[in-house]
Amino acid sequence: MQQKRILIKDTDLKKDRTRDFYTAFLTEIQDKKLEEKVQLVRVSDIGIYGKGLTVRVLPENFLYCDVETGDISRIVSESVVEGRPIEALLHKPDDKQLRLVLRNCGLVDPESIDDYIKHDGYQAIATILEKMTPEKVIEEMKISELRGRGGAGFPTWLKWKLTRAVEADQKYVICNGDEGDPGAYMDRSVLEGDPHSVIEGMMIAAYVIGATKGFFYIRAEYPLAIERVNRAVTQAHEYGLLGENILGSSFKLDIEIRLGAGAFVCGEETALISSVEGKRGYPRPRPPYPSVKGLWGKPTVINNVETLANIPLIMLKGGKWFSSIGTEKSKGSKVFALTGKVKNSGLIEVPMGTTLKEIVFEIGGGGIAGKKVKAVQTGGPSGGVIPEDFINAPVGYESLQKLGSIMGSGGMIVMNEDDCMVDIAKFYLRFCVDESCGKCAPCRIGGTQLLHLLEKISEGKGEIEDLDRLRRISRAMQKAALCGLGQTAPNPVLSTLRYFEDEYKAHIVEKKCPAGRCAGLFHFSIIEEKCKRCGLCFRNCPVQAVSGNRDQGYLIFEEKCINCGRCFEVCKFEAVSRG
Amino acid sequence: MDREKLKADIKEIVEEWKTKEGNLIMILHKIENRYGYVPREVSFEISKLLDVPLARIYEVITFYNYFKLEPPGKHTVAVCMGTACYLKGGAELLSELEHILGVKEDETTKDGLFHLEIVRCLGCCGLAPVIKIDGKVFGELKKNDIIDILSHYTKQNGQMVSGVGSEVSGKP
Repeated sequence: MQQKRILIKDTDLKKDRTRDFYTAFLTEIQDKKLEEKVQLVRVSDIGIYGKGLTVRVLPENFLYCDVETGDISRIVSESVVEGRPIEALLHKPDDKQLRLVLRNCGLVDPESIDDYIKHDGYQAIATILEKMTPEKVIEEMKISELRGRGGAGFPTWLKWKLTRAVEADQKYVICNGDEGDPGAYMDRSVLEGDPHSVIEGMMIAAYVIGATKGFFYIRAEYPLAIERVNRAVTQAHEYGLLGENILGSSFKLDIEIRLGAGAFVCGEETALISSVEGKRGYPRPRPPYPSVKGLWGKPTVINNVETLANIPLIMLKGGKWFSSIGTEKSKGSKVFALTGKVKNSGLIEVPMGTTLKEIVFEIGGGGIAGKKVKAVQTGGPSGGVIPEDFINAPVGYESLQKLGSIMGSGGMIVMNEDDCMVDIAKFYLRFCVDESCGKCAPCRIGGTQLLHLLEKISEGKGEIEDLDRLRRISRAMQKAALCGLGQTAPNPVLSTLRYFEDEYKAHIVEKKCPAGRCAGLFHFSIIEEKCKRCGLCFRNCPVQAVSGNRDQGYLIFEEKCINCGRCFEVCKFEAVSRG
Repeated sequence: MDREKLKADIKEIVEEWKTKEGNLIMILHKIENRYGYVPREVSFEISKLLDVPLARIYEVITFYNYFKLEPPGKHTVAVCMGTACYLKGGAELLSELEHILGVKEDETTKDGLFHLEIVRCLGCCGLAPVIKIDGKVFGELKKNDIIDILSHYTKQNGQMVSGVGSEVSGKP
């Protein structure tokens, strides 16, 4: 029997069950005396979510879902020992998805460079070093029409070409792994699941622009990603894939890791450069762009993790193949972190042009708890909400922008009727106000003023003129702020205003929050007919605002009530009304 | 803290990074990992060893959320307030924690056992809402789960709870 490997992913299980499966597999392997032949690995991502315990048997690549303890013995004896698949457990792939960036996640051992090489790893850079000039690579990238996956969508080939054109004694390439968008984790999964692809992408970028030094900039909040990248870089050095005379050519490249320290603004490229230099992450005006004056004043290319992971594949399969996927202006695939009020949340990868509806309803399985999906938010704090009416929109840079949102780095958050749009705008704005570096006035002052107005509205003290004020300040910020953070911070406000003005008006005119989120705009009362006089609300009220007894029933005193909602939550008979 | 030992420790960390460009943030990370915060005397020492003004070091420490100037509690309880967690009830978890521990964000309990903080996003939005205690993530929580989780830590006072999950990496 040849060497086998079993990968198990148990992150979908309830926390108390995880250990059991690993141990059960281990025991089974030991019982059958297969320790020497079979390697058992727990992985954090296999690309399938909400399907219980997922097991992949390699090298045959059998993929099983919803595995139960009783199946373990069969998997080991039939699939591992005899190499036969178990039909009943096999995963039926969802053909809406297309895994390009995530191609190796869950398939290749991220801690083994040999395994990556076995899966065509470092083939692209080898071919390039052997027979392609940098110009030829740029040409191929131009044909592929790959655009930056960090959000703005700048053509990657053009960025490279501009940086290549600048004469300098030293150039740099930086991998932007500062994934600050709350609710998104595409880059984390790629860095943890397939670090070598990103390194190979960096090597190609460095070769093209003529850089000899590369930096990974990774969030300190991602310890596993840091560890894996660190190991991958060390392995690449050991194999002579980094360092001097790479693969016998004159190309040389060293890669180091720098850590972020919890600042959202550092995802902006000029701020990121300051941070890599070990300083405060302050952005600076552009131009000059980093392609001319970047890290330590030298020409620098900064590419996002996902962009870089695409590159080896494009070079292997050709630009033409890549540009055959997607829409007219947005090519290839995009990874999204589908989260929020959706049944199957998780990382997904779809061809550009897939509609939001297909993503939310077919891949995501629709809204949770049978509630109606109200909107989809893309682009995080720099993006906007897209209401359910436009759910047939295809994903692409231009199509999402037309709807007042952006593609962004790939956060996609589903919201339903329980979510208040004023509250959402406030949430994102508070984030941007907290994260504003304070260097330019439009962002520092504008953001704070917007937040004050939204707070006023959600407390029921808004005036109708406030809506105009919100729009005016937003426009000023878009035009005058120094960097992307300030320019896009008003987007959540503008897009919620655009599609949900009624909801704002309900807060201002009727002093009501239709979704029941804004405390202060609703009050609680007990519906006598439904009340079973159990006294739960009475006992749980933290401020003794519920009075009465089991014989006479209960009442809530509004003067004492702090709108905490405890009574509403504890009532088993829906006898407490909120409105 | 033993002054000589402290000096030697810092020297060792700084030496490793001294010749590399843009080293200040990386050095501060190492310090933070070792002591849990950046003590003032350590900043003085780094300033001397790297020959950069103290103001430059404090400028960086105060800009980034990750660096602390005060010693943290024995266990750090981080509540995720990323969008997915917020929508799924992160705020309720926070108020429950504030209620039970009797502290607000960025404060430490009187007995020094717990430090409460808010984090942006832990990158496990599929498990929302989550909290993280030291290195360990607890996902899909309800308000009522909080008391059980905390009691693990209070009961064993000082000893890490092990048994569930795999990433038990926290150490006081």
